[in-house]
Amino acid sequence: MADPAPEDRPARRLRLAPQAHRSNALHPGAWWLWALGLATAASRTTNPLLIGLLIGVAGYVVAARRTSAPWARSYGAFVKLALVVIGIRLVFAIVLGSPIPGTHLIVTLPEVPLPDWAQGVRIGGRVTAEGVVFALYDGVRLAGLLICVGAANALASPARLLKSLPGALYEVGVAVVVAMTFAPNLIADVQRLRAARRLRGRPDKGVRGLLQVGLPVLEGALERSVALAAAMDARGFGRTAAVPARVRRTTAVLTLGGLMGVCAGTYGLLTADGTTYGLPVLGVGLAAALGGLWLGGRRSVRSRYRPDRWGLRAWLVAGSGAAVATLMIAASSSASDALNPGVVPLVAPTLPLLPAAAILIGLLPAFVAPVPPPAEAPVSARSAKPPRMPAKEKTS
Amino acid sequence: MTMIRFEDVSVRYEGAAGPTVRGVDLAVPEGELVLLVGPSGVGKSTLLGTVSGLVPHFTGGTLRGRVTVAGRDTRTHKPRELADVVGTVGQDPLAHFVTDTVEDELAYGMESLGLAPDVMRRRVEETLDLLGLADLRDRPITTLSGGQQQRVAIGSVLTPHPRVLVLDEPTSALDPAAAEEVLAVLQRLVHDLGTTVLMAEHRLERVVQYADQVLLLAAPGEPPLLGDPAEVMAVSPVYPPVVDLGRLAGVTPLPLTVRDARRRTAGLRERLVGVAPGEGRPVGASTAEGAAVASEPRPEPGPAEAVAPASGASGRASRWRRIGGKGRGGGAEVTAPDAARPDSAAPDASDAEAAQAGEAVQEAAPAGAPRAARVSGLAVYRGRVEALRRVDLDVCAGETVALMGRNGAGKSTLLSTLVGLLAPTSGTVRVGGATPHRTTPRELIRRVGLVPQEPRDLLYADTVAAECAAADHDADAAPGTCRDLVAELLPGIADDTHPRDLSEGQRLALALAIVLTARPPLLLLDEPTRGLDYAAKARLVTILRGLAAEGHAIVLATHDVELAAELAHRVVILAEGEVVADGPTADVVVSSPSFAPQVTKVLAPQPWLTVTQVRRALRAAAPSEGEGATP
Repeated sequence: MADPAPEDRPARRLRLAPQAHRSNALHPGAWWLWALGLATAASRTTNPLLIGLLIGVAGYVVAARRTSAPWARSYGAFVKLALVVIGIRLVFAIVLGSPIPGTHLIVTLPEVPLPDWAQGVRIGGRVTAEGVVFALYDGVRLAGLLICVGAANALASPARLLKSLPGALYEVGVAVVVAMTFAPNLIADVQRLRAARRLRGRPDKGVRGLLQVGLPVLEGALERSVALAAAMDARGFGRTAAVPARVRRTTAVLTLGGLMGVCAGTYGLLTADGTTYGLPVLGVGLAAALGGLWLGGRRSVRSRYRPDRWGLRAWLVAGSGAAVATLMIAASSSASDALNPGVVPLVAPTLPLLPAAAILIGLLPAFVAPVPPPAEAPVSARSAKPPRMPAKEKTS
Repeated sequence: MTMIRFEDVSVRYEGAAGPTVRGVDLAVPEGELVLLVGPSGVGKSTLLGTVSGLVPHFTGGTLRGRVTVAGRDTRTHKPRELADVVGTVGQDPLAHFVTDTVEDELAYGMESLGLAPDVMRRRVEETLDLLGLADLRDRPITTLSGGQQQRVAIGSVLTPHPRVLVLDEPTSALDPAAAEEVLAVLQRLVHDLGTTVLMAEHRLERVVQYADQVLLLAAPGEPPLLGDPAEVMAVSPVYPPVVDLGRLAGVTPLPLTVRDARRRTAGLRERLVGVAPGEGRPVGASTAEGAAVASEPRPEPGPAEAVAPASGASGRASRWRRIGGKGRGGGAEVTAPDAARPDSAAPDASDAEAAQAGEAVQEAAPAGAPRAARVSGLAVYRGRVEALRRVDLDVCAGETVALMGRNGAGKSTLLSTLVGLLAPTSGTVRVGGATPHRTTPRELIRRVGLVPQEPRDLLYADTVAAECAAADHDADAAPGTCRDLVAELLPGIADDTHPRDLSEGQRLALALAIVLTARPPLLLLDEPTRGLDYAAKARLVTILRGLAAEGHAIVLATHDVELAAELAHRVVILAEGEVVADGPTADVVVSSPSFAPQVTKVLAPQPWLTVTQVRRALRAAAPSEGEGATP
């Protein structure tokens, strides 16, 4: 937290971005738009080189701009999940076979004979290089999507995002955030109670150990939820302003009517003969629903403390994501061969230069987003510490 | 002006035999700090809850009568509608936090009330300064220490400028220095802003001097007594050592602060001159001859013996044993830093002293007692944080060691390492000849047992009987071993009681019984007196003394200086993961302003630690006089 040492200052001044503090913090929505842009780009290609580049870009930005906040640790979990997804995709392709016709035989697994009704399903049999490579490309693409979402999670605080929700949705948003923090708390409880099992002389590893702490863990989680609810209530959560009955009724009508309009409009758009009324109905429905939300917000008395502002840097970050997505979509129609390398016949994927350059635009946040202060830079293994034993640094 | 008014209030929970609180009829004026005292289970938290409306709106139960806060009736106002006049902080600050960073947490209450952004901004800045949190403003709350969290919790209810603050044990989890910080803030609020504070606290020695009035709940269901602190303390079943000392000296009005006590008990100090403080203290310094003995060479010279009896205390300039590093065994100086830590000399010293001490002193370890644990050159990293550094510690059978130090100094880490929950990064830990983190749990519980900070973590079953049966099974003990221990430590507990329904002290006793079922020679307790009243604490002291006398080595991590004074032979002070002091209790605590117990402060420079000790010495010196003053 201390000021940077004097010798650090010149180096810092060379940077494009200032040190992050509360008032120049990047809008969390910008991070999400950037990440969704990268994810859109990843969904447009199966070229593992391009997706690898995308993953590298996301990883670099995360490494450069994440804080030591608890949510920032989720990136590692997402990377692991992505690896698992690739693994599962490969195992499925090998065990269940692949629809890709291939000539390069790797191995022939013993095939399990299946009854007639299971026609089209195959277990075991020929495993071809083409099938495996296709599955790998597919898995890598899914992994790329996951890692992009993980990057957004690590960079944008979920609670801060909540502040940008319209007032009427705030309480729903709180429920979502509380549910999201439920899981990490649960894991912390499991760790603590498994440690306590050791104190009772029972093995602290293995599935049985996990099962036996299940009930106390759930009990603890419920107790904590009740305590949280009490604390929130005692601090004024859920206070409402008096709203005239007329406004309340109008809100209900607008919201319900609007949602029905959205449904009808979408249905119209999807059916063959409804294209004429589909679009207008959808538009009116959306407008009515938004009006309902806005009116509903009048019941809420909440004000917002230092909401994140959408400034130039937010435009740059969100814009870089949007640019990557747009350029990739454009490239997917003009250079679809390079973006989707064939597997039959098996060829080595090449790196198309223009799309690769487009992906590199996604690195922009690593230069323009505010730099987290040094004390908030992540300490990698901190998550490994057991709970109830606070971090050792003392500032007071 | 009356801020809180209780009109014939009683609260009864469903399924309870009788009302938890009954016949509360009183008024708390604006701008006063009212301290709620009483033994565990008399309904202090319930009474606090009625002020914020959480009782009965959140807890259920039936409230009769009427509670009005700033003119608002809690029957018709839900907690959220009282949020602008009442700020509540419960016992566990972690359960209180809604957001994840300090600044957001401070703003949360104001956001709910819909204050204007510029007002919120100004108040957050003011509160950050008021509570000394400015450096932590962007920190995630989970990375803060206990004291910091407590201050954030108080700050978060201050920002909406409530006219009433309700606090349930605000200092129980804090080290002495952090507790003083929090209390100073509260006093400032009362004096400068006219805030009304209603606070329950077990550690009266920390808070009673700040109270304008004391509200005593003497027994469950008994109507409370509100009055001047000194007057209420005269009849209260719970009282801090300084009041006990005042009662012993027969002073009226009773002193509430160390300063008052020093001024009013000058006579007592004179009576104590020439009387040995050897009796009734765990590490006796001297025999009846007192100061004369100190200059004589002891049979087992060693640094641990550098005890300062009456005349020696004032001459001791060195604060920390490690820094001082000098033994006084026959004038021989031990200067090597490592030698300054009591190795084998420690038990011998306590043994020699204990042999001279009276009945209340535990039988300390016999000479050459087996070493229960040995830690040398220990370093533990948690992530990149060096939680412990170059720690050396020896614990012998029959010895009680108190680990002290501020929140986050590494006490819990050291205990976790001793039971093998954490592996040392470097250095060695040996417990009864085994390396804890490489020993199987089944084997380890026979060598060392830990009662964690939250005893509930050790309890899984839904009845006491099932818990005991499981403990017998885990420890391969004869069936009934654990139940017998429970009956001994916790008489009158039915087999089918759910552990959750036990009070804090009862739960601690149950966890202790479970740990003791395996008869570990080394017993570790992490913060055992959190949430215990004086009676429960006294029972715990008796139990632990008995265990030490049986030859158990005991290590307790605690913030409670009075407990350490009562119980410990040796005090080890940790700071930033290093041992900064290690020596006999009297020696270490007497010289430290924050770790000295109240009796020591009052009677300084004479080295008395506890009231029991003083009482016993007086009785021995002049039986009739001593008896007369004993309550």
